[in-house]
Amino acid sequence: MLEIRDLHASINGKEILKGINLTVNDGEVHALMGQNGAGKSTLSNIIVGHPAYEVTQGSIMFNGQDLLAMAPEERAHAGIFLSFQQPVEIPGVSMNNFMRAALNAKRKAQGLEPIPATEFLKLMRERRRIVELDSKLANRSVNEGFSGGEKKRNEIFQMAMLEPTFTILDETDSGLDVDALRIVAEGFNKLRKPETSALVITHYQRLLDYLKPDIIHVLINGQIVHTGGPEVATMIENEGFDQFVKES
Amino acid sequence: MIAEKQYIELYEQCRGMINEHSAALLNEPREQAYNDFCHLGFPTQKLERYKYTNVAEAFAPDYGLNLQHIDIPVNPYEVFRCDVPNLSTSLYFVVNDRFYDKVLPKASLPDGVLVMSLAEAAIKYPHLIEGRYGRLARSSKDGLNALNTMFCQDGLFIYVPRNTIVERPLQIINILRADVDLMVNRRVLIVVENGADVKLLFCDHAIDDHQFLATQVSEVYVGENAHLELYELEETHVKSHRFANMYVDQQRSSTTTIDNLTLHNGMTRNRTDVTLSGEYAETKMYGCVVADKQQHVDNNTLIDHRVPNCQSTELYKYVLDGEALGAFAGRVLVREGAQKTTSQETNANLVATDTARMYTQPMLEIYADDVKCSHGSTVGQLNEQALFYMRQRGIPLDEARMLLKFAFVGEVLDSIRLEPLRDRLHYLVEKRFRGQTMEQREQCQIHSSIAESRERKTEGQLSKCEGCKLCK
Repeated sequence: MLEIRDLHASINGKEILKGINLTVNDGEVHALMGQNGAGKSTLSNIIVGHPAYEVTQGSIMFNGQDLLAMAPEERAHAGIFLSFQQPVEIPGVSMNNFMRAALNAKRKAQGLEPIPATEFLKLMRERRRIVELDSKLANRSVNEGFSGGEKKRNEIFQMAMLEPTFTILDETDSGLDVDALRIVAEGFNKLRKPETSALVITHYQRLLDYLKPDIIHVLINGQIVHTGGPEVATMIENEGFDQFVKES
Repeated sequence: MIAEKQYIELYEQCRGMINEHSAALLNEPREQAYNDFCHLGFPTQKLERYKYTNVAEAFAPDYGLNLQHIDIPVNPYEVFRCDVPNLSTSLYFVVNDRFYDKVLPKASLPDGVLVMSLAEAAIKYPHLIEGRYGRLARSSKDGLNALNTMFCQDGLFIYVPRNTIVERPLQIINILRADVDLMVNRRVLIVVENGADVKLLFCDHAIDDHQFLATQVSEVYVGENAHLELYELEETHVKSHRFANMYVDQQRSSTTTIDNLTLHNGMTRNRTDVTLSGEYAETKMYGCVVADKQQHVDNNTLIDHRVPNCQSTELYKYVLDGEALGAFAGRVLVREGAQKTTSQETNANLVATDTARMYTQPMLEIYADDVKCSHGSTVGQLNEQALFYMRQRGIPLDEARMLLKFAFVGEVLDSIRLEPLRDRLHYLVEKRFRGQTMEQREQCQIHSSIAESRERKTEGQLSKCEGCKLCK
């Protein structure tokens, strides 16, 4: 599904990623762990096409398409979704209008007609339940005045609406209490399908206990220094990242 | 005084003809206005209140004037069908400077309410006009008032007698219509007597592909305990120039809401002066401007707190694209002794391109020591983070920009108290923003409406203005 080859990237002239190789197959959940500043968020931002980052070398293929040649919205239409670490507040744009615009843009890219109003509202109701999102929040402006937990739940709700094939969770667990974490993680699991994949970025084992990733990568200083099974998370939990720093 | 010369000469040659096609009460101040105009000329950019608009330049071209009041054989009612189910208004038309009275709306107004030609009212009801006409809009104070008073022959008169509540909003559509480049000098007099209540909606349209220059001077008297909501919507085209001066006088415990929206235009200069003459009066002033290309919109306001215990709120929002120029200068004056005044003035602007320009100047001048006043302004760009967030969700860049702009002016639109009008304006503004995207494909709605109007003209009919979606 996703194939990253020798990816080098920088922001404001500073090199952050120094040759990433990563392959995610259909149905797999990968976790990416690493210290602050290792380049985890840079990698996720580059996958979704954030304009601030410059790719200096390497390639990313997504289902055979050259991802780096696509606009952010085209990547979204192709099935890529990022659950933002810090979801943006957009005052004055209601969740309803926002979601409708997003859904219809995707449908248009697929050659489908806009979704009928009643069907849309029904879908909104149905998908809200997955993350127990209050219906009142749906009538408010996007993320405006949402609590940290509500914002993260709102991200998973949007994922439920858009049904991506490849999802990146960028520190979705940060700022969540245990109950909210459970709701978000269970919501994500409900949305998993045999053909969908995900890349989960986190510092902690707790989220991974719910999501049960197939493969865990350790990112240190812009490079993946270690790849292994679920046991890697336990190693990090017990001994920290230092063991890998030495390794690299 | 080069630009002035042609108007001075025109007046000297045609004063007889001007007077002949007007009314005595309107003719009376003409000579004084002529003297004032000779003395003042057009306001220059050296004057504080005209800093951002070159008036003389706009008046320099040679425009035709319909001083003989040659009739334009049209029935706007036949072409403007008002079938918006929820926005039921009493609909009137003013074609150039003339009130269209050959057909009038069937729904009758409450007893004593007048909506009619100003010149005709000056003959039939001189007692209602005398002492009011020209009292607020002094020709000695402003060159544009002088010019308008010199040349205006007719316009609109609205009168709501004491304690009369007009339930249905009155909608007045100003149509600019001509086969040559035309100058129009329109005059409006609105009297809302003590305890009366009325809602007015003015829509400005230009339906022919010619240069238009319209001056409009409005005088609005709001009596004690009277309530006035006045909405002005400009949807003309890039060849229209609008110079509108409005003077409002508010008596004790009256409330006024003035909403001024510029959606399509060429050059617009709106001066709005509100005087709070009676205690406990309240003014709300809102403005919304959407401009692109080389459009020019200059709103200049004054709220004059003359007496204690009054309230004023002012909110203007601009969205500028292309090479548009926006200007907002709002002065709130709290005079000596106007204690317990509350006033809030805000101007927020979104400048979406490097080539658009915004000048903003909120002013607060206070000569009393027990008041609560604030003022502020912002100029900013679209939020890049929000744009990216939306794009990540699949919303194309143009659409994301549109949603953000629309959200930005939403605050002003939400201030509209007439719910059907509010919904309608949400729709029109959204359409306006979408129109910009369309224009990039050389397919602007105004252009197509002009093309349409040309086609219709061959049928010898008044063409339907694409702009008047309020009535569709």
